[in-house]
Amino acid sequence: MTKQEIIERTNVALAEEFEKEPSLFNPQENLREALELDSLALVDLVALLESEFGYKIKGPEIIEVKTFGDLYEFLLKKQSDEGHLAS
Amino acid sequence: MDKRVVITGMGIYSCLGKNLDEVRDALYNGVSGIIFDPVRKENGFRSGLTAQIEIPELKNELSRNQRVFMPEQAKYAYVATVEALKNAGLDPDYINDHEIGLLYGNDSSAEPTVKCVDIFREKRDTTRIGSGGIFQSMNSTVTMNLSCIFGLKGINLTVSGACASGSHAIGLGSLLIRHGYQDCVICGGAQEVNPFSVCSFDGINAFSVRENEPAKASRPFDRDRDGLVPGGGAATVILESYESAVKRGAPILAEVIGYGFSGNGEHISNPNVNGPQRSLLMAIKQAGINIREIGYINAHATSTLVGDSNEAKALHLVLGDHKPEVTSTKSQTGHEMWMAGASEVIYSMLMMKGGFIAPNLNFENPDEDSALLNIPSKRIGKHFDIFLSNSFGFGGTNSSLVIRDL
Repeated sequence: MTKQEIIERTNVALAEEFEKEPSLFNPQENLREALELDSLALVDLVALLESEFGYKIKGPEIIEVKTFGDLYEFLLKKQSDEGHLAS
Repeated sequence: MDKRVVITGMGIYSCLGKNLDEVRDALYNGVSGIIFDPVRKENGFRSGLTAQIEIPELKNELSRNQRVFMPEQAKYAYVATVEALKNAGLDPDYINDHEIGLLYGNDSSAEPTVKCVDIFREKRDTTRIGSGGIFQSMNSTVTMNLSCIFGLKGINLTVSGACASGSHAIGLGSLLIRHGYQDCVICGGAQEVNPFSVCSFDGINAFSVRENEPAKASRPFDRDRDGLVPGGGAATVILESYESAVKRGAPILAEVIGYGFSGNGEHISNPNVNGPQRSLLMAIKQAGINIREIGYINAHATSTLVGDSNEAKALHLVLGDHKPEVTSTKSQTGHEMWMAGASEVIYSMLMMKGGFIAPNLNFENPDEDSALLNIPSKRIGKHFDIFLSNSFGFGGTNSSLVIRDL
């Protein structure tokens, strides 16, 4: 999956789950503010990404993700590290 | 000195309508809210009969981060409570400045529980359950959601008393106000309607199987009744001290003058006569009225063989030769279980204010016990000032409320 494909797939999933306009999503934007992620909604973000991409994501990993750009890079690295994507 | 407890607002979301006006019309016209659900039948239910309720869409009213914690019965309760608060004139500023309590009847949250465990079993990963699961699954889901949404700062408690939950919530709320612990308590009852919530109930052969005539299946007190029909939704009643209501200039609709309760201490599902009889007597004694002042009785009668007969016996023992109209609105709604005690107070209030008594649908032939009561099968016009509402539940928990028009 290319980076662009990861971005598009992520944005579609985030927009649906958190009921936000995808136009708000840009790499510099703060993820927590844009998606209104409190500590509980952050759990839903992890569940969503695990479901969407098939990776197990640990709590400390997602804490490091600050912006949408961070998230795309994080998922790209996960793909690289784990060498596959779930359907 | 005890305080007087008054009702200043009501709201309802049931199979008879999504607000008080719709429900009043349905009661007046003797509408049945019961349908046959083929999906239940296909999935192994003994009876596919159920009340029909549409889950409200709240996307435009509540944020995603609020709705994610709400199972269906919390959504019903939200809609009912919005209506009740509006009718009571309780706005967000007043609520924020005062300790408004919340006592709501609820005794299950099956669907979220099942769905959470299904995900856990399939994925073997608890994170995948998501954040809503725990809050939707807990028995106190309705009160935890409503208290956070409306910013309530008084008592925050779910009442789980089986099919008497909603009635006990109102009764306990009235005690808190009567004795000065709270000035205003939002009371009510909520009931989920999804198949998961009642599959085990269906499994003990408690439901009517008159599937070819859904509107005739719930027939409390009728000789040929063959079981209850599950229903649901939510009903909210705002209780307030008389002083608080007067100070606010709130509409004062009625007064809760009696709350009686008792336990049977016998069989887990079979009701007896003595328990309900004691509950009735306690409520009437607390109300301080002559029994002949009771103008209408909303019976618990669910359309089961033993339950209806024993309630008829208890009522006859208590009432003697006084014969006020006795009906079960469950003939129209099915058994609204955890919600029923609250919704039936509202149904009775709507009838008291409207000067009519809705028909006990499908009461075609009495049995030897129901023949002792005055049960109208057609709507009648009647002015009454005091009614009594019974609610009984599994395990032998009984609640009786006496309410006077103001």
